[in-house]
Amino acid sequence: MPATRVKFYQTGSFAVGNRLLAPDQRAVQADATRTNAITSGHRACQGCGEALGARYVLDAAARATGGQLVVVNATGCLEVFSTPYPESSWRVAWLHSLFGNAPAVAAGVAAALRVRRRADIRVVGQGGDGGTVDIGFGCLSGMFERNDDVLFVCYDNQGYMNTGVQRSGATPPAARTATTQAVGPEPGNAFGQGKNAPLIAMAHEIPYVATATVADLRDLEAKVFRAMELRGARYLHVFVPCPLGWGSAAADTIRLARLAVQSGLFPVFEAEHGEVVAVSPIRQRVGVEEYLRPQRRYAHLFDPVERTDVIARIQAGADRNIARFGLLDGGSP
Amino acid sequence: MFQVRVHGRGGQGVVTTAELLSVAAFGSGRHAQAFPSFGSERTGAPVVAYCRIDTRPIRLREPVLEPDALIVQDSTLIHRVDVFGGLAPRGWVLLNTRLGWEQLAIDGVDRDRVILLPASQLATVHLGRPLPGAALLGGFAAVSDELVTLDSVLAAIKGRFRGGVAQGNAAAAAAAYALVRDARKESVHA
Amino acid sequence: MLRQLEGSQAVAETVARCRPGVVCAYPISPQTHIVEELSAVVKSGALGGCEFINVESEFAAMSVAIGASAAGVRAYTATASQGLLFMVEALYNAAGLGLPIVMTVANRAIGAPINIWNDHSDTMSQRDSGWVQLYAESNQDAVDLHVQAFRLAEELSTPVMVCMDGFVLTHAYEQVDVPTQEAVDAYLPAYRPRQMLDPDEPVTIGAMVGPEAFTEVRYLAHQTQLAVPARLSSLAGEYAAASGRPASRTVCPYRTQDAETVVVALGSVLGTLKDTVDGLRADGERIGVLGITLFRPFPLDAVRTALRQARRVVVLERAFAVGVGGVVTADLAPALRADQRSYTVVAGLGGRPVTRASLRDVLGSAVADTLDPLTFLDLRPELIAPALEGA
Repeated sequence: MPATRVKFYQTGSFAVGNRLLAPDQRAVQADATRTNAITSGHRACQGCGEALGARYVLDAAARATGGQLVVVNATGCLEVFSTPYPESSWRVAWLHSLFGNAPAVAAGVAAALRVRRRADIRVVGQGGDGGTVDIGFGCLSGMFERNDDVLFVCYDNQGYMNTGVQRSGATPPAARTATTQAVGPEPGNAFGQGKNAPLIAMAHEIPYVATATVADLRDLEAKVFRAMELRGARYLHVFVPCPLGWGSAAADTIRLARLAVQSGLFPVFEAEHGEVVAVSPIRQRVGVEEYLRPQRRYAHLFDPVERTDVIARIQAGADRNIARFGLLDGGSP
Repeated sequence: MFQVRVHGRGGQGVVTTAELLSVAAFGSGRHAQAFPSFGSERTGAPVVAYCRIDTRPIRLREPVLEPDALIVQDSTLIHRVDVFGGLAPRGWVLLNTRLGWEQLAIDGVDRDRVILLPASQLATVHLGRPLPGAALLGGFAAVSDELVTLDSVLAAIKGRFRGGVAQGNAAAAAAAYALVRDARKESVHA
Repeated sequence: MLRQLEGSQAVAETVARCRPGVVCAYPISPQTHIVEELSAVVKSGALGGCEFINVESEFAAMSVAIGASAAGVRAYTATASQGLLFMVEALYNAAGLGLPIVMTVANRAIGAPINIWNDHSDTMSQRDSGWVQLYAESNQDAVDLHVQAFRLAEELSTPVMVCMDGFVLTHAYEQVDVPTQEAVDAYLPAYRPRQMLDPDEPVTIGAMVGPEAFTEVRYLAHQTQLAVPARLSSLAGEYAAASGRPASRTVCPYRTQDAETVVVALGSVLGTLKDTVDGLRADGERIGVLGITLFRPFPLDAVRTALRQARRVVVLERAFAVGVGGVVTADLAPALRADQRSYTVVAGLGGRPVTRASLRDVLGSAVADTLDPLTFLDLRPELIAPALEGA
């Protein structure tokens, strides 16, 4: 691809490759010749975690595959804000079909590429949490079961954001959404058992499952590279804060992602064939409260009265993750 | 047009019998059509299949309501299902049974129109399993070889089955053919 | 070469010879024999350059086909009834994206109540989806239509469904001539997509189109459909020359030239209908049949021409619109003049056999103009009386 004049907006983080690093250690995002798979001009909200995550993921995938990449996108924010006809911000071959079928469509693309004897062209399917863990779940499981040669990426902002912030199967307990309002004796989303998509992916014993966030850019890129070294069904679950849906400041997106990790609420790990093989340890643990406070979707836990009982239950969830994944011992569970 | 209705129970190869009859008729130079009447596909449940044979293309798709011939693969159906319904005035019946005429207690069909053939027994001997279809087809050819010859029946069997199963079925068909042919010669001479 | 074989098998062989790149399917009666046969053909290696994908639902089946087709490969699937409905969102998606997918639908009733037998409810419920719909009268017809379907789909960039009556055709043994591989190759060239997913020439497929352009997109889809009858005729002519059989036609008139009464129908019931009409002709009735092969787009001009001299038209429906009446009747109405009478006879729902005897009876009433405008053939009063009494 020809060199593209990309604008570097990020400062104050490692996002724009540290010039003290050797070139090969710098992030893909630091490279002026990166694919820029999703280029500027799209209509995402200020501070959109998904736009950030998608750019990191796809530029890394394009780097890993020499640009031989096809992307299949589910319906959702990412698809809507990137393709307002007659404009498109995609610089890669890209297909959007429906909400619930991205994994199946991606499987079809992969099969066609094999038939065309172009298995060198790799397929990435992507969508939000709604399209992945709810409406697309059947197709996702089918893709896993067949071990289709697709990397499927879920950008998890924990709700149906594009349609007005409704609850999804990925919405965490106590969070306010349009369909789990902060009213009544138990405001916000119910405390259920959740739907842990990475663990479900692991239960399918596929070659690679990983979680990542937009707080650690290089970790995210590394996981994409790792995934692209492998063939078969691979799943990457990326935590992406949504300022609009979460009621957080646009400038807080990366910070909130980091807090989710440091509190233990979002474990970061890798698994292969159903076994955890690597865990990112928590360097500086924080209580969940520090993570919850900046988000107005949790405002009812602090105002008018602090709901220490609810916060304690959320903390218990974080504690469980820490124990389960060994997030503080730096080793495997 | 010659219309055949095949009765039996699920698992006895009733549909296969009708299909192979159509293949044999085609092999004998005719137009033929075979299709099942579709009930639930449960082993043991009554099943019906149809076969039409003609010298001209067959367009009709309704079930066979007025059969010129009946093949009954399971005699236990006789008093439970209206097996003989619509049988044409000169229509005949090929009945798989080891029983004698009196024991069968068949009502409403003349003795001289029913051919009794121990097809399951022949199948057990030649094929090792009591699947009577091939033997019944052999018997059918013996009754009306202007429609379907034994050779075409054997070719149809060998086209559908392989190895020992093909040979066993073919042997059963040939044995049945001989049995029915000889019985008819006897009854003519009697 | 003529052979005696099962309809499903004939279709599977034909589709295999059309060299699909991806076949994906989810089993549902009565389509199962088709996909089983294709899976065996692919697995044995007999059909090279093809992947057979067992999917987890019909929605996934059409989705895999969409992905494969968009990536530049000839894609095929098959379904029936509930399965067709389960993939409806994807049906519209495929049509809207202009993907030349070919699908066999083994026509079967839609529940509730669940019913696995043949009628046209399934495909007719999707007549607005943008798919071309072809209805086969016989298994030979089904074979020939599939080959032509791939050509038509790829030339016009529109998906095509070939409808064949479930069980009645799919599970019927009759003689068929499946075109040889050479014959199919000569007629059906390799798929050359209008556009496809290619990293070397990246395109965005499936953009969001707002009010400012959506109407135009749909208008253009309509224009594509309007081009189908003429294109189909020319493709059919080419196929006929190659196969030696009469060309497939959008509508097939039978003894209509001097007919006062014309019975209109689609699918396998046409066989029984023609036998019935021959019987009535022998009795002196001036009656004929109009078979419709191309149902979507609806060939209004051809139908109008074929029915021009008829005084009355009887539409023999294999589906119906609850609370309204006939489906084909409604499509056909603009073709009739005010002086032409039309009768709707709903027949064979849920696989009830349509017999010559019943047809003779109802057509006798039609000819005498003593028939109601809407009749359900062989309706069983003893089953409905108790329910209606209570109402």
